Amino acid sequence: MVKGKQTRVFICTGTGCVLSGSMKVKAAFKSELKKRKISEIDIVQTGCHGFCQQGPIVVIQPEGFFYPRVSVENVPRIVEEHLVGGKVVEDLLYEDSLTNKKIPLYKDINFYKKQNRIVLKNCGLIDPEDIDDYIEHGGYKAFKKVLSEMTPEKVIEEVKASGLRGRGGAGFPTGLKWDFARKAPGDIKYIICNADEGDPGAFMDRSVLEGDPHSILEGMVIAGYAIGASEGYIYVRAEYPLAVKRLGIAVEQAKKKGFLGKNILDSSFNFNVKIKEGAGAFVCGEETALIASIEGRRGMPRIRPPFPAQSGLWGKPTNINNVETLANVAWIIVNGVDKFTSIGTEKSKGTKIFAVTGKVKNGGLVEVPMGTTLREVIFDICGGVKDDKEFKAVQIGGPSGGCLPAKFLDTSIDYESLAKTGAIVGSGGMVVMDKSSCMVDLARYFLAFTQKESCGKCAPCRIGTKRMLEMLQRMTRGESSEEEVVLLEQLAEDVKVSSLCGLGQTASNPVLTMLKYFRKEFEEHVKEGRCRAGVCSELITYVIKDNVCKGCGVCKKHCPVGAIRGEKKQPHEIDVTKCVKCGICMQHCSFDAIYVAK
Amino acid sequence: MPKISLTINDKKIEAESGQTILEVAKENGIKIPTLCHDPRLEPYGACRVCLVEVEGARNFLPACATEIANGMVVKTNTIPLYKIRRTIVELLLSDHELSCVTCESAGQCQLQDLAYELGIEENRFEGERHTYTIEDYNPLIERDLNKCILCGRCVRICEEVQQDRIYTFANRGFDAVVTTPYDRSLIETKCELCGQCISTCPTGALTEKMSRYKGRIWEIEKVKTICPYCGCGCELELQVKDGEIVRVSSDVEGGINKGNTCAKGRFGYDFVNHPDRLTSPLVRKDGKLVEASWDEAIKTVADKFSRIKKRHGPDAIAGLSSAKCTNEENYLMQKFMRAVIGTNNIDHCARL
Ligand SMILES: Cc1cc2nc3c(=O)[nH]c(=O)nc-3n(C[C@H](O)[C@H](O)[C@H](O)COP(=O)(O)O)c2cc1C
Ligand code: SF4
Ligand code: SF4
Ligand code: SF4
Ligand code: FES
Repeated sequence: MVKGKQTRVFICTGTGCVLSGSMKVKAAFKSELKKRKISEIDIVQTGCHGFCQQGPIVVIQPEGFFYPRVSVENVPRIVEEHLVGGKVVEDLLYEDSLTNKKIPLYKDINFYKKQNRIVLKNCGLIDPEDIDDYIEHGGYKAFKKVLSEMTPEKVIEEVKASGLRGRGGAGFPTGLKWDFARKAPGDIKYIICNADEGDPGAFMDRSVLEGDPHSILEGMVIAGYAIGASEGYIYVRAEYPLAVKRLGIAVEQAKKKGFLGKNILDSSFNFNVKIKEGAGAFVCGEETALIASIEGRRGMPRIRPPFPAQSGLWGKPTNINNVETLANVAWIIVNGVDKFTSIGTEKSKGTKIFAVTGKVKNGGLVEVPMGTTLREVIFDICGGVKDDKEFKAVQIGGPSGGCLPAKFLDTSIDYESLAKTGAIVGSGGMVVMDKSSCMVDLARYFLAFTQKESCGKCAPCRIGTKRMLEMLQRMTRGESSEEEVVLLEQLAEDVKVSSLCGLGQTASNPVLTMLKYFRKEFEEHVKEGRCRAGVCSELITYVIKDNVCKGCGVCKKHCPVGAIRGEKKQPHEIDVTKCVKCGICMQHCSFDAIYVAK
Repeated sequence: MPKISLTINDKKIEAESGQTILEVAKENGIKIPTLCHDPRLEPYGACRVCLVEVEGARNFLPACATEIANGMVVKTNTIPLYKIRRTIVELLLSDHELSCVTCESAGQCQLQDLAYELGIEENRFEGERHTYTIEDYNPLIERDLNKCILCGRCVRICEEVQQDRIYTFANRGFDAVVTTPYDRSLIETKCELCGQCISTCPTGALTEKMSRYKGRIWEIEKVKTICPYCGCGCELELQVKDGEIVRVSSDVEGGINKGNTCAKGRFGYDFVNHPDRLTSPLVRKDGKLVEASWDEAIKTVADKFSRIKKRHGPDAIAGLSSAKCTNEENYLMQKFMRAVIGTNNIDHCARL
């Protein structure tokens, strides 16, 4: 039996799924349906579902049957058995990693069950290239309400009362920022949407841009109305071609429907949006550098004050908000302040999206209420550490954030609680690590990133991060000392307090938290030349003294990479080409036959 | 401007609002080190050596770019601030060709002074260094980026004061560098070689080529004078050693020009000691120019003017005065033409 018209096949075309082949899957569905002359079933391309590790994702609506990792070969079966036969294809369903049970429906999957999707509500559920789909799902309702029933002041009051804070990293109260921009003297004002998202590993904003671009436009027009701006810019990285394309389509459609342009919906309000592609410099996400970049100058931060609200783009009062911040606005207007403030903690309201990656079972995009604990996100939603290994640490907030050990797993995710630990909510990157990650090497990785991305304007950041990076490089090579660990910490503190912009001020966070919580690992590197994770293989070599070795074979048994050879009762030998310098053999030898040669 | 009160290092101070902490501190004899600051330029806040503590502020603030406020409590001399300054100067020196022995800037270098003041003998932060080739194609300005601290002053003076944009930053991170369009030599750009960038550079990265090895700052005598080139009247400091000009500078705090000069004022001094320079009047006798006294020269001119006027009338004579003269001299010139010669044929070379 072929189901009625309401049946729709949703194929995820977020970047993750496109990379795993969803475009081919989409084509396969099209041709399969054509072959069978089935025309009543729509194929809808959607934005990211957030569950990218399971891509390509196919969802059959209206019931919400969820098929992960769909290949072109699976398509005929889904069409035949599910769409025509009306029976779910059991073996293609998602299997829960904890219970090993098959879970047919989207909403029952643990990954989604504990989430609270406000910003991502439409992602995966609507066609991002179709404004009507957005409108059918309640889109532009908030804007119409604002325009017909609310004064700009009232809008600002609502946003203030909602407690919404900037999701771009700093967590500044959004309503307050709008108020500053509204009250700043001047006829011409601007709204900028910061869609630069330069943190490595972060893709929260990209998913909203690709999956629900109108929610951002709606947030922007509301913000424009509130502060008295008639022009908006979306600064989006050119490395997000799909986002750029879909934003372009969204702007055109919104113009046609009269949500953008002159005398919007027969009011006196005018608003237009321009898309500006950034060339992918991390520092251009910093608001003053971003403004410089739009103006055609080199993306370099400048001192504040004046803040953009006083003097921003082209010297005019400018309000700049992150993608996720703006995508919350319409929801707040439609659902009301009370509903929004009921989510989250006392000082951090609403939800936050995290991009969970690294050594985690079900990585992806997760939107949770503020106040959720790290444990709930990593273990309950994302299924815990990959291969059930032991959890070692989580890096929150990308290269500007901090690295926290297991004892902080029950920390509540909100601006204040995370700041206390030395980490930050940041833009929402979350990298999970097991014991195969070396903290020294990771600190080196993040600093290499910030150093490369520093704009070079101020000395502490430009040279300080370079010297820190060099110290860490020496540590991973075993050419460092205990004194240098102390010096590293001092320099990191100095760079933090003396740099001009947020990039330099936060570049030390990974190093400082790693030194605080994993200092022993640094000491092992510099004192013993040992990397317990076996990552820093340029360190010293381990050698077995053949006159002391009894040939007991304990070392051979424990070596994780099989680098030790030797017959029982004969002196053993370490193959330096295989050895990863983890030092485990030395710890197990009862005869002190293994030593470190530098 | 309304007066407001604040304290700096426990000293109660009254100051005009709108000023920066740095300006107020300076007026009150409190020294705050600076590197990227130049009073001729917009506040920039990049070198961070002027950071101060302000009560209630979340971070340390750059004194050069922070406006004073009523009741502000500022500290410029705390231990954390010294530590930061020291770290910053060590970092700068760790990527700097430290050749003070032969550097033209030695003795007038803000980096050297600061390193001395902080007593930096050893550097904790040695590491990779840049090596840049010295730009050597233009006749006037030597650019040695091995001594550049990226304060951006050259970039900004060119853009903000000269309204040119010869310099810009390129690259990121440790490799950030000041460069020109397409990294060309200055004479291949629109650069007018005014040397304003030299005047603001706090180190020996930008120096006057003509002055190389001519004299140390402590050997020279500074003679204040007015520029002879035009009627603007810019104040210059001739740096003189053994009776010869070795360099021309200008005091940012003095004169109508506040330290700014054009290419002629800064570099056009070689005529002073030039062998071809006329040092006495010449009168043509039997087709040959011979040296004469001023009296004789003036008499010759007066005689010939009188003869022409008598024979052909006053309008046969015209006067063209020079922009190199002062206003007063130009006034006298037209008075002379109108009242003494009796003609209105008087003009001035700047009226081109
Ligand atoms: C180095 C650096 C990079 C940043 N990158 C981003 C970014 O990619 N996206 C973003 O929204 N904010 C970024 N920010 C924060 C912005 O400067 C700004 O605070 C934010 O866009 C304000 O919006 P919000 O109040 O809605 O968070 C960055 C800040 C720094 C210092
Ligand atoms: S902190 Fe770094 S990125 Fe920011 S202005 Fe200074 S050099 Fe540039
Ligand atoms: S620029 Fe200054 S610190 Fe550098 S070599 Fe010259 S005098 Fe020394
Ligand atoms: S050349 Fe001189 S003025 Fe220009 S940035 Fe370098 S140190 Fe500053
Ligand atoms: S002089 Fe203030 S930051 Fe450089």
